[in-house]
Amino acid sequence: MSGFGGFLLRRALGAVITLFVVSVIVYVVFYATPGDVAQITCGPRCSPEQVHQVARQLNLDDPLHLRYWHFLQGLFIGQDFSTGTSVEHCTAPCLGQSYQSGRQVLDIIATKLPVSLSLVLGAMVVWLVLGVGTGVLSAWRRGRLSERVLTAVTLAGTATPVFVIGLVLMIVVCGELQLLPFPQYVNLTDDPEQWAWNLLLPWLSLALIEAAAFARLTRAAMLETLAEDHIRTFRAYGVGERAVVGRHALRGALAPVIALNANNVGSAVGGAVLTETLFGLPGIGQELVHAVKVVDLPVVVGMVLVIGFFVVLANAVADVLYAVADRRVVLA
Amino acid sequence: MSETLVAAGADASAPAAPGARRFWRRLRAQRAALAAASVVALLVLIALAAPLLTALEGQDPTTYHPDLIDSARGGVPVGPLGGIGADHWLGVEPQTGRDLFARLVYGARVSLGVALAATVLQVGIGTAVGVTAALGSRSVDQLLSRATDVIVAMPLMIMALALLAIVPAGFPRTVLVTLVIGLIGWGNTAKIVRAQTLTLKGLDHVAAARLSGWNTLQVARRELLPGLAAPVITYAALLVPMNISVEAALSFLGVGVKPPTPSWGQMLTAADVWYQAAPQYLLLPAGALFVTVLALTVLGDGVRTALDPRAASRLRVGTGRGDAGRTGKETTA
Repeated sequence: MSGFGGFLLRRALGAVITLFVVSVIVYVVFYATPGDVAQITCGPRCSPEQVHQVARQLNLDDPLHLRYWHFLQGLFIGQDFSTGTSVEHCTAPCLGQSYQSGRQVLDIIATKLPVSLSLVLGAMVVWLVLGVGTGVLSAWRRGRLSERVLTAVTLAGTATPVFVIGLVLMIVVCGELQLLPFPQYVNLTDDPEQWAWNLLLPWLSLALIEAAAFARLTRAAMLETLAEDHIRTFRAYGVGERAVVGRHALRGALAPVIALNANNVGSAVGGAVLTETLFGLPGIGQELVHAVKVVDLPVVVGMVLVIGFFVVLANAVADVLYAVADRRVVLA
Repeated sequence: MSETLVAAGADASAPAAPGARRFWRRLRAQRAALAAASVVALLVLIALAAPLLTALEGQDPTTYHPDLIDSARGGVPVGPLGGIGADHWLGVEPQTGRDLFARLVYGARVSLGVALAATVLQVGIGTAVGVTAALGSRSVDQLLSRATDVIVAMPLMIMALALLAIVPAGFPRTVLVTLVIGLIGWGNTAKIVRAQTLTLKGLDHVAAARLSGWNTLQVARRELLPGLAAPVITYAALLVPMNISVEAALSFLGVGVKPPTPSWGQMLTAADVWYQAAPQYLLLPAGALFVTVLALTVLGDGVRTALDPRAASRLRVGTGRGDAGRTGKETTA
């Protein structure tokens, strides 16, 4: 198995294995905790009858591997839950059922996912454009005052936690200057313009810290490329400065930027949790924080798995893009 | 042949003075890093001296002062500037009246303590896993590398958030947050250490040590660790500010360090509501976080430059006669 096809196959297989192991670990960690699993699963507010019912639903007398098998079955062919009086069917992929609201975990995630995707994908556009743009600019203007200012600003950017940026933006822009109303999520399909305006501050809060990292990386990678021989050759041949920096040097920064973007998806998801909580956006992050606070274990486990799925997917996609940008990777 | 080997071994196991001294010299040559190091030192000092400082002020971080709170106006501190005065240097917290200065300096303890301890855990586990993977058999390497991939695939914030849900309430929260960050966040360290160890393994002096009959542990300790120190320290220096942010974020979300223990992130949870009545309630913890993370980041950059062999020319130290002069001055100092 060699060449690009083999690489793709190997990478996909690796992602599937990683996902499987993640699911096993998450399942074992959360359902094999010392203590009364039924009580923890059901949450502190459950009555003894509810705890009893949960214990029956989870088949706690069965050994752990059998329970995990049932969970996998639910994921691929669906699962039946008895709610005491009636039997409720949870179609595949079934991630379980909330003990607080009785809703199916996948339903909860499906209603929250558009918000989180709007937030993270929009912020990704902002941080890539802003970060790479700043990096290119400061590599180009090396040694001048504008580069020093940009370097200082990006350094301050990397040092400001997401929720501090968010808090300050919200207070200054919405509170003091009243330039924007306090964000309230509007569906993209309902009103695209309002969607974007309301997400502007959350996007900036989430993106600024990431943009700073990209600016630093792009600058470093471009300076390295600009010092290489082939760039000197381009210049000697009379290729314009704009083309040298904008086209040839930027290409050298492409692969590291892709790699960093994959690496940062995980931290961006963490940042999304903070941003959603801060701005009251009804996304997965806000729901996760809520589920953690009321100890709604099926929701927590389901969300961790779904987030893990997206992170692994993002990493795999980035690896493929990386290989496209730099074919030497395939050989390694 | 054996003589040179012994000499090389002795050299590696000798005190790391020359390397350490060169490191300090190169670090000091960077003005920004020096300033950042002073700020970090000051913060550590404040954290260590927190009981002393609050005793000087005559306050403590947990006592409620209901008399300093205007309950008719929703819990706003009494007096101008959020209750700043001789008794309360930075004012009091809205609603509870707890002393802000005391909470801020004790918050430094939590912030730095958690971040440093978690970094030690991350680096310890990551180095052990990385070295073992690189030196072990093919199957060991496969297993550990896969485990590393898995741990990298689980976002630290999300896993920490989720894990904090299932731990019994009685467990000390500060220790818990440290453990959770430390036990989940070692993936990248392991990756870096594994790659570096593989590179080192191919070098002649390591191969020679292996061939001369040293066991794996001896090789790892004497030949590999000195070569691993630079990348590990560099990455650890970047981990500390990251861990500060994670602890602050978890506490901000209300699942990290819990009251009455003060933490900067936790102080910010309710701060946005009070920013008009008591702006310092927002600005102080936010500023403390900003300054701490900034100083640690700049220091981390400085450490990286100081340990980067390619950066020597940029710093204009470490070569030629100037070097000898500096070394002489250093030993007398």
